[in-house]
Amino acid sequence: MMILMDDTATGGRSAGSFQGKPRPGDRVFAGTALGAGILILVILAAVTAFLLIQGVPGMLADPADAPTTLGQSASFWHYVGPLAFGTVWASLLALLFAVPLSIGIALFISHYAPRKLAALLGYVIDLLAAVPSVVYGLWGITVFAPAVVPIYTWLNAHLGWIPLFAGTVSVTGRTILTAAMVLAVMVLPIITAICREVFLQTPRLHEEAALALGATRWEMIRMAVLPFARPGIISGAMLGLGRALGETMAVAMVLSASGIVTFQLLTAANPSTIPANIALKFGEAGYGLNVNVLIGTGLVLFVVTFAVNALARWIVNRRKDFSGAN
Amino acid sequence: MSKRIDVADLNVYYGKFRAVEDVTMTIEPRSVTAFIGPSGCGKSTFLRTLNRMHEVIPGAYVEGTVTMDGENLYGPGVDPVRVRRQIGMVFQRPNPFPTMSIKENVLAGVTLNNRRMSASDKEELVERSLRGANLWEEVKNRLGLPGSGLSGGQQQRLCIARAIAMAPDVLLMDEPCSALDPISTLAIEDLIGELKANYTVVIVTHNMQQAARVSDTTAFFNIAGTGAPGKLIEMDHTEKIFHNPSQKATEDYITGRFG
Ligand SMILES: Nc1ncnc2c1ncn2[C@@H]1O[C@H](COP(=O)(O)OP(=O)(O)OP(=O)(O)O)[C@@H](O)[C@H]1O
Ligand SMILES: [Mg+2]
Repeated sequence: MMILMDDTATGGRSAGSFQGKPRPGDRVFAGTALGAGILILVILAAVTAFLLIQGVPGMLADPADAPTTLGQSASFWHYVGPLAFGTVWASLLALLFAVPLSIGIALFISHYAPRKLAALLGYVIDLLAAVPSVVYGLWGITVFAPAVVPIYTWLNAHLGWIPLFAGTVSVTGRTILTAAMVLAVMVLPIITAICREVFLQTPRLHEEAALALGATRWEMIRMAVLPFARPGIISGAMLGLGRALGETMAVAMVLSASGIVTFQLLTAANPSTIPANIALKFGEAGYGLNVNVLIGTGLVLFVVTFAVNALARWIVNRRKDFSGAN
Repeated sequence: MSKRIDVADLNVYYGKFRAVEDVTMTIEPRSVTAFIGPSGCGKSTFLRTLNRMHEVIPGAYVEGTVTMDGENLYGPGVDPVRVRRQIGMVFQRPNPFPTMSIKENVLAGVTLNNRRMSASDKEELVERSLRGANLWEEVKNRLGLPGSGLSGGQQQRLCIARAIAMAPDVLLMDEPCSALDPISTLAIEDLIGELKANYTVVIVTHNMQQAARVSDTTAFFNIAGTGAPGKLIEMDHTEKIFHNPSQKATEDYITGRFG
């Protein structure tokens, strides 16, 4: 912004033969860029103000004043805790599936597939991003959840000694693991698209350096492509995480939630997520401080998302010297 | 270590386009061979066929044979990856891996071949290679810093260190000094003079004086016109090429009366 605003860059005012006026195009561009920047800040401030003004009363509410939401909880924090846990847990699980798969697909498109197939695949992946989340919810509840029950039963029987797979298997399959896998499918396109772009941007120079040292294609990818793309992969994963954290409909439809905190993946008792909970409770919350409580949970989600983004930035910047940007 | 290369009737194609026509030559071990010629005459293309790097470009292929100490590099069952491990290459623009430290850069190729190497062997190889590339004194105190933080000339010597760490039989260099200042260029030329004690060195250059200074043998390539394939016009002792070439085209090019 500073550079764009700097008048001397477009022609100084001092007398002399280099005198000149700022070009109109530069002015328009600088103005538009500045305006857009300010607009984003204003919107963000407005959203924050809304969340604070409406949410804080909910956060401080006496459970008696908000019976439909805080009915069974000792306080707002007891209420939002399991929801925040469920949100982060489901999103992390989703990333766990989506990131490796996305990297694999993106690498296939950028470095293995013949050109025509790569273009087709890229197109299909982009289409996946255009499917509305209700459709994923419907698919998850009617097709996917019943289909995974036998797998869950098997996992529970053979690997049940691992706490993650312990407990009584859900008969419907509508568990947090199912929700996480549906989320994974939903965030796959954005992560894949970003990974593909950064993989394609690997300098030819460095790919050739690796190949000339006698690297196989996979070794070249490990040596030149992946390290170069690391910040991009992290950014992509964070965008995916942002989408997973905020995803509402699919989780609300797929997950059979009961507001507890557990790491067990296969049981019928699952933590809910903040957005899904807001969607499900909003209808019946229309009086007292109930709505404020829900907005308060929204504020918590806002903070969690910010924290996650800050963490991602920190990770990306930590090894800046080695990023290949210089 | 150092090996002899024989090229016979080599044609190089990019798809339908023939870039290099009918090259036959012998490259002697423990010597420096320079390729000179106008832009677009196929020097880089031909150089890349000596370690099968042209295969990285979609549609590129060769006809003919390249043999190294009697072994055909294009024979059936020959793995291009193995060929490149024995024939190192240095590029026009320095290309150390930006995500690796100086030390990791030197070891990059070796770790592909031989994963289990003791830490002390690694230290020793890093020092030996960097000394071999005349870079040790300048970087010995910052081996852990990124290779991209060095100057252009230092980066290029780092790339040479990375190539010689593999103990190749042959070292191919495509205009290794064209992105460098005169001082760095001299440092690399000196280095090339030392490298020929152990390696077969092939260098492409646009700098006539450089070819005259560093090489023992010079090959002159030329093209008849745009779209025509490049050809080897003359190859001889560097002395002879620069003082008494047998072809008129060579003489015109050397003396700057070209085109
Ligand atoms: N990747 C490629 N695909 C198609 N044609 C190519 C490719 N690379 C080079 N060529 C063509 O092959 C011919 C030889 O190119 P090459 O780069 O080998 O020339 P050169 O002698 O190295 O030139 P310079 O001195 O400018 O580096 C040129 O006509 C060029 O256009
Ligand atoms: Mg060239």
